[in-house]
Amino acid sequence: MYNHILSIILFTPLVGAIVLLFVPRENKEAIRWIANIFALGGFLISLPLIPWFWALRFEPGFKFIEGAAGNWIPSIGAGYLIGIDGISFLLILLTTLLGWISILSSWTAIENRVKEYYVWFLILQTGMLGVFMALDFFLFFVFWEAMLVPMYLLIGIWGGPRKLYAAIKFFLYTLAGSVLMLLGILFLYFHHHTLTGVYTFSLTALYDTAPKIYSDPAYGPTIATLLFFAFFFAFAIKVPMFPFHTWLPDAHVEAPTAGSVILAGVLLKMGTYGFIRFSLPFFPDVLTHTKVRGWMIALSIIAIIYGALVSLMQKDMKKLVAYSSVSHLGFCTLGIFALNSVGLSGSVLQQINHGISTGALFLIVGVLYERRHTREIAEYGGISNVMPVYATITMIMFLSSMGLPLLNGFVGEFTILQGTFMENWRWGAWAVPGVVLAAAYLLWLYQRVFFGTVTNPKNEKLQDLTPREVLMFVPLLIVAFWIGLYPKPFFQILEQPVNQLVQNVRTPQAGGAMNAELRQPSQSNTPVLQAASEAKVSSEDRPVTPSMKGNR
Amino acid sequence: MGAFAYNWNDYVLALPILLLTLFAIGILLIDLMIPPETKWVNAMTALIGVGFSTAGVLKIQFWMKTTPYAHIGFQAMMGTMIVDRFAVFFFYLFLAGTAISILMSVRYMQTEHENHGEYYALMLLSVVGMMCMASGMDIVLIFIGLELMAISTYVLVGFLRRDRRSNEAALKYILLGAFSSGIFAYGLSLLYGLTGTTNLVGINHEMGRILTQNPHHPVAIVALLATMTGLLFKVAAVPFHQWAPDAYEGAPTCVTGFMSVAVKAAGWAMLLRILLWGLYPMRSFWVPVLVFVSIATMTGANFAALTQTNTKRLLAYSSIAHVGYMLLGLIAGTKYELNPDGYKGILIYLLVYTFMNLGAFGVITSLRHRKVIGDELDDLNGLYERAPVEAVLMLLFLLSLAGIPPLAGFYGKYFIFLSLIESGHYALASLGVLYSVFGLYYYLKMANAMFMGQPEEEGRLPVSWSMRTALAIAAFATVFIGIMPERFIGITDWLLGITRNPSVAQLMH
Repeated sequence: MYNHILSIILFTPLVGAIVLLFVPRENKEAIRWIANIFALGGFLISLPLIPWFWALRFEPGFKFIEGAAGNWIPSIGAGYLIGIDGISFLLILLTTLLGWISILSSWTAIENRVKEYYVWFLILQTGMLGVFMALDFFLFFVFWEAMLVPMYLLIGIWGGPRKLYAAIKFFLYTLAGSVLMLLGILFLYFHHHTLTGVYTFSLTALYDTAPKIYSDPAYGPTIATLLFFAFFFAFAIKVPMFPFHTWLPDAHVEAPTAGSVILAGVLLKMGTYGFIRFSLPFFPDVLTHTKVRGWMIALSIIAIIYGALVSLMQKDMKKLVAYSSVSHLGFCTLGIFALNSVGLSGSVLQQINHGISTGALFLIVGVLYERRHTREIAEYGGISNVMPVYATITMIMFLSSMGLPLLNGFVGEFTILQGTFMENWRWGAWAVPGVVLAAAYLLWLYQRVFFGTVTNPKNEKLQDLTPREVLMFVPLLIVAFWIGLYPKPFFQILEQPVNQLVQNVRTPQAGGAMNAELRQPSQSNTPVLQAASEAKVSSEDRPVTPSMKGNR
Repeated sequence: MGAFAYNWNDYVLALPILLLTLFAIGILLIDLMIPPETKWVNAMTALIGVGFSTAGVLKIQFWMKTTPYAHIGFQAMMGTMIVDRFAVFFFYLFLAGTAISILMSVRYMQTEHENHGEYYALMLLSVVGMMCMASGMDIVLIFIGLELMAISTYVLVGFLRRDRRSNEAALKYILLGAFSSGIFAYGLSLLYGLTGTTNLVGINHEMGRILTQNPHHPVAIVALLATMTGLLFKVAAVPFHQWAPDAYEGAPTCVTGFMSVAVKAAGWAMLLRILLWGLYPMRSFWVPVLVFVSIATMTGANFAALTQTNTKRLLAYSSIAHVGYMLLGLIAGTKYELNPDGYKGILIYLLVYTFMNLGAFGVITSLRHRKVIGDELDDLNGLYERAPVEAVLMLLFLLSLAGIPPLAGFYGKYFIFLSLIESGHYALASLGVLYSVFGLYYYLKMANAMFMGQPEEEGRLPVSWSMRTALAIAAFATVFIGIMPERFIGITDWLLGITRNPSVAQLMH
């Protein structure tokens, strides 16, 4: 069990989906029970990982590695190679938790084609977990793309009135980004071969060679920058960063509640995870370049402010929450591109926070929607009189989302802003209004929906939360308070991978010296000479023309 | 060309071809004897014929394994024919495509009241033609094979005598096909005139000599262009593609499926044979032409497919688009030196395409019942309600066509783009992947109709057992190749004479 824990976590939902295939589709209750058992089982089985990982939290490198490089398709060097570090560990737990909660939340919301719904949902769960676990680029790409299909169907079949448009838009946007990433992956793959003579997609192997493209005379900074952008589009569309965000409101508004929870809670994190896992270690010199970094920061700040301003204007609750995601994810990318360990660990923590809070916000909207079948803010008012428990939970979650101290959002945003200020106080100053605006749109929403007297007669008889619905909020509340009150364990888990990443980015690679003025002296006190010395070797020994394998 | 006499080996090497011919003639005779209600015997006989022919190919393959230096292939029939790994691979491909097409046809032809024995006889005869094309080393044999295949297909396209669309499609196909064959024959005759030989190897040598004397030999260029016109017509590349949508739409759906995989694969076998074996010295002329053609093909086909409302036409344009991607593999494979990854891409593409495209056409074929023709996009509406298994399989085929991993279609695209990156064609690679996003859009249109549309008819869709078998084979191959591609990549490595990536082997141990 200990050795195969990741595979077990990864395939539990898939097994559930296969089991469901054999249940007759008329038997809806049985289908619901089985799906919930497997979703809860998937969560419970990921819990032993916590103590096991905790014991290893300061060890360097990836843990719980399974499989080997090149064991899946040896002829191209693709392997079933999975493993985790602190960053993916937290995201995996978030995924299993939110997966269970979303499946629980669908109990009464989904009435038609129940079997398919749960089958696709469980497949989606496996796809998402695979993305966070894969240490082989090929495997990663397979999960990254395969996961689009169930999400597309979830939006397209069980979505709202404009579901077809939203589903296709979601699929096309994401695919358009990821095909360019495929080309980028292939380039790194061949580059690795020319340096080492080995064809492999293994991530750790590519970590060694990819940063050398920048200083390689055969390719140089231009190619490295192009490659960075090939990856950037895939991740930026997924996050979504500012100009690429247009698919998000459509997909969120049309998706069923559980789909929105997963979309906001987990899918968006794949983009930020991609930046952290791939862009940072692969292209440190590109990222530290003033222009590129300036653009990344600018896009993040625009997303923060723009998302918040657009949220203020929304008449539809779900759309409001969707745009607030754009704003919150802006904070996450800001933390990443601050390129220091404070900002980066804040960013990862904020990703978890966003999954918890925004996931909860979508559930909150879903609860009302299930009762009234409308999400128009104007339809509501005075709900706290008829649904007191619901109103309390909503208040806590709103406060957590806007970043009130003692709740999780505060810790994340504060750390990100701290990291940003350490780099450049202006960046931080531009981002801070986002926090204020978040308070504005959320509190205003709360006021309009919950306070006052019940003006709409349809709202007088609304039923408060059922035990099942309370159950799905409880874990989220626990985590929200936990992170808010005692975030230390989370930062400890993140410490090793984040420091490692920042060290790699901040240590001058060969040829990266021209960006030295960007680096804060306080941050680059711990130089790792290994990368620089390796780069030196490579630029001399490299053959000029790529050698072709085999002959006809 | 040592011995000018036939010996027993010649016949063993031609065994798959001879067996198919015998069975084709046999079907014609048996058809006369059996009563109308037992016409399924014809399909059965054809399947047995395919089985015997497969056994013949197996025999050759076994022979190759045990004979030293046989990887270059066996020459047969006085050097006009060569049975090498390339040919064997294509033999298998044709036979697999034909077997699935036969299974798909049984019910469809019954519904159309056209279940004559000639149908299966023609199908087998066209495979005979294809095999001649794949194993031909002599332009005369290749041309004869081409015509045998083409004429059989013309008749198959027009097989629904009472259907005007079918007749119109056949007529268009015949006129354009004959025209292109004429140009092709003209090109071949010029090649013969220039080089004085009809053998591809001879042409290769002579052409190399001629081009060293005059690198821009005008007649050679005319010959090349005329030959390429014929070749590109057969694989339906833009701008020689206009016949494809019409013929695909009008033909009986099972024939469309057959044409889109087997006939297309034969066209590719011929194209690769002539360009790589015969006209390789002229690659500096034909590679730029192919760059133009592949860009035009991807652009034209993808844009045209976006607006189609007829599923057969849509899949016709999609299959044209796939030709565009495969041509990219040929370009990448021929940049400086022969780059095996490009050819690997084409061959894997053809392999997976056979299954996924036939599967997609199979589902459309099964929509035909009683009064419904079933080839409009609206006919797919709500297919999930009426036939859940078929709908899910269709989704698999469509996603595979779009190149979504982990389905088989992904590996075709993967190797093509891999080879493009390897040979430094970054712009072409970017263009190709962006067009594959276009592709997803029109495949999703079909998926939308199936899963999110409302069915226009009540009741479950009746699907025959033979069709179920065909779909099961196609779906199994699509998924299995997708998840466990190693063996199939190995097949193409074997075909190209490449050993397994040694560096990876090192990494593993």
